[in-house]
Amino acid sequence: MNSESQTSGFSPRDQGLKANAVVSASGRGLPLRGHDIDTDRIMPARFLVAVSFDGLERHVFEDDRLADPAHPFNSDRYTGASILVVNTNFGCGSSREHAPQGLLRFGILAMVGESFSEIFQGNAAMLGMPCFVASRESVELLQTLVEGTPGIVIAADVDTGIVTAGALRIPATVPGSLRDAFLSGQWNPTAMLLDRFDEVRAVAARLPYIAGY
Amino acid sequence: MADTLFRKVWNAHAVRTLPSGQTQLFVGLHLVHEVTSPQAFDMVRQQGWGVPFPDRTFATVDHIVPTSTQRRPFLDVMAEEMTTALEGSCREFGIQLWAPGDENQGVVHVIAPELGLTQPGMTIACGDSHTSTHGALGAIAFGIGTSQVRDVLASQCLSIEPLKVRRIDVNGALRAGVYAKDVILTIIRRLGVQGGVGFAYEYGGSAIDRMTIEERMTVCNMSIEGGARVGYVNPDDTTFAYLRGRRFAPEGAAFDRAVKSWRHLASDPKATYDDRVSIDASEIEPTVTWGINPGQSVGIGERITGDPADEAFAFMGFTPGAPVAGARIDVAFIGSCTNGRLSDLEEAARVVRGRRVAPHVKALVVPGSHAVSRAAEARGLHEIFTAAGFEWRGAGCSMCLAMNPDKLEGRQMCASSSNRNFKGRQGSPAGRTLLMSPAMVAAAAIAGEVVDVRTMLRGVPA
Repeated sequence: MNSESQTSGFSPRDQGLKANAVVSASGRGLPLRGHDIDTDRIMPARFLVAVSFDGLERHVFEDDRLADPAHPFNSDRYTGASILVVNTNFGCGSSREHAPQGLLRFGILAMVGESFSEIFQGNAAMLGMPCFVASRESVELLQTLVEGTPGIVIAADVDTGIVTAGALRIPATVPGSLRDAFLSGQWNPTAMLLDRFDEVRAVAARLPYIAGY
Repeated sequence: MADTLFRKVWNAHAVRTLPSGQTQLFVGLHLVHEVTSPQAFDMVRQQGWGVPFPDRTFATVDHIVPTSTQRRPFLDVMAEEMTTALEGSCREFGIQLWAPGDENQGVVHVIAPELGLTQPGMTIACGDSHTSTHGALGAIAFGIGTSQVRDVLASQCLSIEPLKVRRIDVNGALRAGVYAKDVILTIIRRLGVQGGVGFAYEYGGSAIDRMTIEERMTVCNMSIEGGARVGYVNPDDTTFAYLRGRRFAPEGAAFDRAVKSWRHLASDPKATYDDRVSIDASEIEPTVTWGINPGQSVGIGERITGDPADEAFAFMGFTPGAPVAGARIDVAFIGSCTNGRLSDLEEAARVVRGRRVAPHVKALVVPGSHAVSRAAEARGLHEIFTAAGFEWRGAGCSMCLAMNPDKLEGRQMCASSSNRNFKGRQGSPAGRTLLMSPAMVAAAAIAGEVVDVRTMLRGVPA
């Protein structure tokens, strides 16, 4: 990972200070099969009763993991994994940023999947976590490979749109302008939004509901 | 040039194209609640950014408030801390807050339209995925995450990409006993829970045109359940009549000027869409979800179909080929930002009047806001519900997501007027949710099992 803010010890205090380019992510994989996995499952609502994101890594998929001892997040085989490999519509439902915050604090640096919910993908991007989109066949190959060889290292490249693992090489792209945001190091946009604030005030002044109709 | 409301509103609020390629979009109304904002306020504070447009942000407390009493301090110390944190932040940055106990407190997506804050042509953002609700008044409203809440506080802007627009026409007449909830559940079932990813949904057609604003809010609210981050209805005379006289709506001559400008916002007849879908309103039945996502639903007269290996069957305890009618329930919940408004309670009360909740069912009504409570009580609805054995509670999100003391226990089955039937959503990891209209929830509460509300509406005056 090229971004310093992706190392362990990440805290919200770092946000906005280290808007570094995210060009690639690499690490061991964590295959999580299933479609439409919602953010209530990733981070059950009772863990949102807090004023900080600290400690959320302990509760990622808590209910699913308690219900299923064989859940991949419980498995020693994937300890230390940092690339989550998922199927369709991952992160649907609630906009709670607690879901990607928990995954990030758990050690996930990037995700490869068939598709992601829009809000989740945007929230992850704000934390410097790219979501790579690949075909069903590619994701199936990658999940099967990691399940068979948990130690294999996955390398995901934002720039080339290629994900490799051993001899496997699949096209997987970060969609839309998020790709450019990662490559230019501008995935954390607050500074940009404040940059030319006279233009913001000019737009506001023209809006009928602000000008008094 | 002919254009859609989405693109007109987008263009009016676009500040510039950022170096990242995304659009810097001005947010006209920012709504804040206690769950997704404390970390955002902390980040703003730590960076020393401040809040340049404090009068464009409004806050309330809804997710964690107890609905049995709003007396402070709350028994849940963390809930109390979150509320105190929001009170402190709002004081510090000069933001209007409607705190627990205040006459305007309520679910954020209920109070903003109620107060006239939500207006056509606005861009609206809130750290909550059901922000799409506000599209019912012709606004473009986005659910956002906490880092984006930080951005809006600090800059009143979002860094965001434009959406495609899918026009969804619902034409024809809804049959008696079929409600806005059934319409949106049918749309999600048809287009899928991820069919709307990348799209804003524009709802129209004669069935939508005839809907009240509260009904349109139910439809727009669940856009996100279909994967669409934004849903809206073009503003029309129904919209303007709803807004007139509300606290934050323009008054007098300004209102007339506003109506004139609002009319121009509606999508032009010749506007082009990225996709179009048409649904026949007369074919929609009272609809109930049987699975673990909001797309897994059937009409009350249908049988459940699907792959028996789908985890939804094992989790819910249904089998392929079974009907959803007759499923025994333990809990009935009427409320939420989807269906916690006065008209929802009125429809449910029509079913409940003179009947009794089944002895094994725990039934509760949670009005969406203090204002809804007051209006319902003025009409005596609370007496109809309590006489039947429902609990009549205070305003909040309550058992829609169970962040307060209202939770399912064990494998309880809940007939719910809320928006999500995800595993564990209602507070018990094994708890089960059947989504349906408030009238259908009322009918299920009385029968003790899922029934066709139409059988209970025969002979009941409208």
